[in-house]
Amino acid sequence: MPKDSGIGASPKRREDVRFLTGKGRYTDDINVAGQAHVAFLRADVAHATLNGIDSGAAAAMPGVLRIFTAADFDGVGGLPCGWQVTDKHGQPMQEPKHPILAEGKIRHVGEIVAAVVAETPAQARDAAEAIELDLTELPAVVDMKDAVKDGAPKVHDDLTSNLCYDWGFVEENKEAVDTAFAEAAHVTTLELVNNRLVANPMEPRVAVGDYAAHDDSSTLYTTSQNPHVIRLLMGAFVLGIPEHKLRVVAPDVGGGFGTKIFHYAEEAFCTFAAKQLGRPVKWTSTRSEAFMSDAHGRDHVTKIELALDADNNFTALRTDTYANMGAYLSTFAPSVPTWLHGTLMAGNYKTPLIYVNVKAVFTNTVPVDAYRGAGRPEATFQLERLVDKAARELGVDPVALRRQNFITEFPYATPVAVEYDTGDYHATMDKLEAMIDRDGFAGRRADSAARGKLRGLGVNCYIEACGIAPSHLVGQLGARAGLYESATVRVNATGGLVVMTGSHSHGQGHETSFAQVVADMIGIGDDQVEIVHGDTANTPMGMGTYGSRSLAVGGSAMVRATEKIIAKAKKIAAHLMEASEGDIELKDGAFTVAGTDKSVAWGDVTLAAYVPHNYPLEDIEPGLEETAFYDPNNFTYPSGAYACEVEVDPETGQVEVLAFAAADDFGNVVNPMIVEGQVHGGIAQGIGQALLENCAYDEDGQLLSASYMDYAMPRASDLPMFAVDHSCRTPCTHNPLGVKGCGEAGAIGSPPAIVNAVIDALQSGGHDVAHIDMPLTPARVWGALNG
Amino acid sequence: MYDFTLDRPTTIQDAVAALQSDEAQPLSGGQTLIPTMKARLAQADTLVALSGVAEMRGICTDDQGRLCIGGATPHVEVARETAQSYPALAYLAGHIGDPAVRARGTIGGSLANNDPSACYPAAALASGATIVATGPSGARDIAADDYFQGMFDTALDEGEIVTEVKFPVPQAAAYAKFVQPASRFALVAAFVAKFDNGVRVAITGASSDGVFRWAEAEEALTANFSPEALTNLAPPTQTMISDLHGPAEYRANLARTMTARAVKQS
Repeated sequence: MPKDSGIGASPKRREDVRFLTGKGRYTDDINVAGQAHVAFLRADVAHATLNGIDSGAAAAMPGVLRIFTAADFDGVGGLPCGWQVTDKHGQPMQEPKHPILAEGKIRHVGEIVAAVVAETPAQARDAAEAIELDLTELPAVVDMKDAVKDGAPKVHDDLTSNLCYDWGFVEENKEAVDTAFAEAAHVTTLELVNNRLVANPMEPRVAVGDYAAHDDSSTLYTTSQNPHVIRLLMGAFVLGIPEHKLRVVAPDVGGGFGTKIFHYAEEAFCTFAAKQLGRPVKWTSTRSEAFMSDAHGRDHVTKIELALDADNNFTALRTDTYANMGAYLSTFAPSVPTWLHGTLMAGNYKTPLIYVNVKAVFTNTVPVDAYRGAGRPEATFQLERLVDKAARELGVDPVALRRQNFITEFPYATPVAVEYDTGDYHATMDKLEAMIDRDGFAGRRADSAARGKLRGLGVNCYIEACGIAPSHLVGQLGARAGLYESATVRVNATGGLVVMTGSHSHGQGHETSFAQVVADMIGIGDDQVEIVHGDTANTPMGMGTYGSRSLAVGGSAMVRATEKIIAKAKKIAAHLMEASEGDIELKDGAFTVAGTDKSVAWGDVTLAAYVPHNYPLEDIEPGLEETAFYDPNNFTYPSGAYACEVEVDPETGQVEVLAFAAADDFGNVVNPMIVEGQVHGGIAQGIGQALLENCAYDEDGQLLSASYMDYAMPRASDLPMFAVDHSCRTPCTHNPLGVKGCGEAGAIGSPPAIVNAVIDALQSGGHDVAHIDMPLTPARVWGALNG
Repeated sequence: MYDFTLDRPTTIQDAVAALQSDEAQPLSGGQTLIPTMKARLAQADTLVALSGVAEMRGICTDDQGRLCIGGATPHVEVARETAQSYPALAYLAGHIGDPAVRARGTIGGSLANNDPSACYPAAALASGATIVATGPSGARDIAADDYFQGMFDTALDEGEIVTEVKFPVPQAAAYAKFVQPASRFALVAAFVAKFDNGVRVAITGASSDGVFRWAEAEEALTANFSPEALTNLAPPTQTMISDLHGPAEYRANLARTMTARAVKQS
């Protein structure tokens, strides 16, 4: 019988009951008495001097309470950037001010120019449309390589250029890498684009600001993955509100995928305006606004080269990447193409020498920041496409070439600063090969050919660094925040537990899986544990959910807090049973004295803690509540091998994904069903990136894919059934659960498998196509076939 | 959405009368107009809803054997009711948008809007349908060949609505659609209809002039009704749309490919 409770069981997600019955409480469901509504007037040009704003007519329109422009934010800080990257010359990155409302200049379509607060949303919107802007349009820079040319229009006049930083990693390795290339037996080169994406969570962003004059306190309800981070950034850097006077609530959040990590102008605006007006102020993003104001993802242009010796061993890797920052630095933007990307360029391979160059560039586009995987998908895609290309050039089996170069001994210190604690790349590849019937592929390909179709098989590996992150390490790398996580475990008198965590759940199922962890440690049912998250007023300071960190870091904090609970409970149990504390054992929710039949139930101990009539008050305090903060000493390194089988219709260029298999090593697994769901969702997003999703601008900086009429999201009919396996488990060596994190793997591991499969299909048909940039739309594939 | 007044007439006569005001616009299934209004890209003082006009809804056969479809008939009803009598038309109607769109969207609304990527214009043009337009001076018949006048442009006069569409039923016909990956409208689709006196081919989605008849293909298929007849043909690329979803050459290729598939299926 499979377990139905505790670690390793797959109970159904308890939160789904409310999500699926319409009982979720999302930010837009929150209406504060007396609230007013804001509509933002957003720029419809990408680059312009803002000479003046005439809001006279708009201000006189029905219901309008006040119209705000940048002038109203005099003395208010810009949106802060949470990570400072140092360039290859040791200089800090160029860091322009990111104002709440455009100050004198418009820098991207969608930037907020003015804000109207009115009694109703429609009145606010009507008035926003009546505001007249006096603009002088400027030439826009959209293409990154154009943006860094001499004489290019500058996005920020006060910066020396559009180059945010030129990062070399590891700069000391560069000469040795170049030498290895000069001595290589074979060099494979690939130029590619990692396409810009719009995250598109189902729930658009929402913010409600509220202000209480009687105690000078502010509350922000917002769609965030990390309410404490928003409280810190907005309070300390933007509005100057001390944390004890600022509460941030992120209730049920309908998907984040990274784009709800960041602190946005709308949050600061609603909080600020609520105080100014003495009225709560609410904003609900339209989907159109989401396309042009949510931080975008990816958008790298890369040249990557691999050097091999005569025996096909990888000897060096060299990359040259342009990374789009957009018009301003979003909260964690600078870290994505550097520390979340360059450090992963070793992949699963023992390449001894690696040099990564990244030029981060300002353009007249929406800011770009972390999106599911954040830097690691970009690293994986280029590396795994390159290794596939190398195998084809050398005429060797792509799986064999990978296996030959696998890292096999752990811990392994890569030449790009990180140390993989554990892994077994052959094991996941073995598992994958058992899942995909590689031997039968030739027959399946022949079947496709008989129907006029080209069939391809693509395989790749991935590694990621998650469980983000050791604070001491990220601090050295430029992070302006710690990256621990927290948990408070409160045991009630009658034995039930409430766990308050700084992690945030917005689709990951934490309320189910976290309860399994804590319940398992005590030996009680999951239903005895409730998880509370999302409100800075009732959870300890935590850094939130992203980077597949919540179980590895947040779960570990819960383990540490529960260990403290158990240690104290044992003292109480020892007192109740008049035994020595060292002899007390906790199993299945009961304390026993080793070697005796004495026993006291969990509930009796918890009751004693709160009704301390017979209690060692001289030794310990009453009550049973403990807090722990957990800061890991390394990242975790999930890894795996993915395969994809596609069929290409040469007449139309249409790619159909026929089969997808994923063999992951996530270390220990708490809830296998939730893990599989996370992988499914990740693969769906990876297939979206590889085949469908394309955030495109024209040369004037107009967003071409600004709605679902032109931005193609993956749908169920685009996806095959997924075969997923997580039975290969090398537990993380440095966190108490031995877990590694699974949230991003699918999105990191899947795009190269799909593109490798399509290239395999085309080459099987005799087409000399080495690469197609994502998304592999029918038109692009047909173009490659007929190029 | 801007404020508007909703008028709900129950007869064609009342609907036409209500539409004589300059500020009035007809609202059929609303599958284009309502989203456009919600995005504040369209504005109407008065919407005259046609969904309550019972005499504009339903399907019958006239004495010439034509299928006569009321202008306010939703796609789902056409898909269901013409499955036996005109399977190619039923297939087309059953593959427009999603179930919600098919439940509300109407044939008259689609033809009046004449979106260059819409499905129905291809059926009407390839079938040689007659569009019945009703206005203040009564009803008039417009041949499909005269009706489609370019992207979002038709022969309808101000104040006229599509009250009925009459489809001659071909000997053989099929509709082959290649969907645009985002909108799932036709990126390019072909409707092929074979009659006693020749073959008609209508292409939608491809041209900046909207739906068009591909004369060269019609000629080739009239001589030899097989996919092979199209092997070396392609519609001219000058008017083909080039956008995010494909260049003109790709759309021209799809026009041939979809036409060939329609021939094969018919």
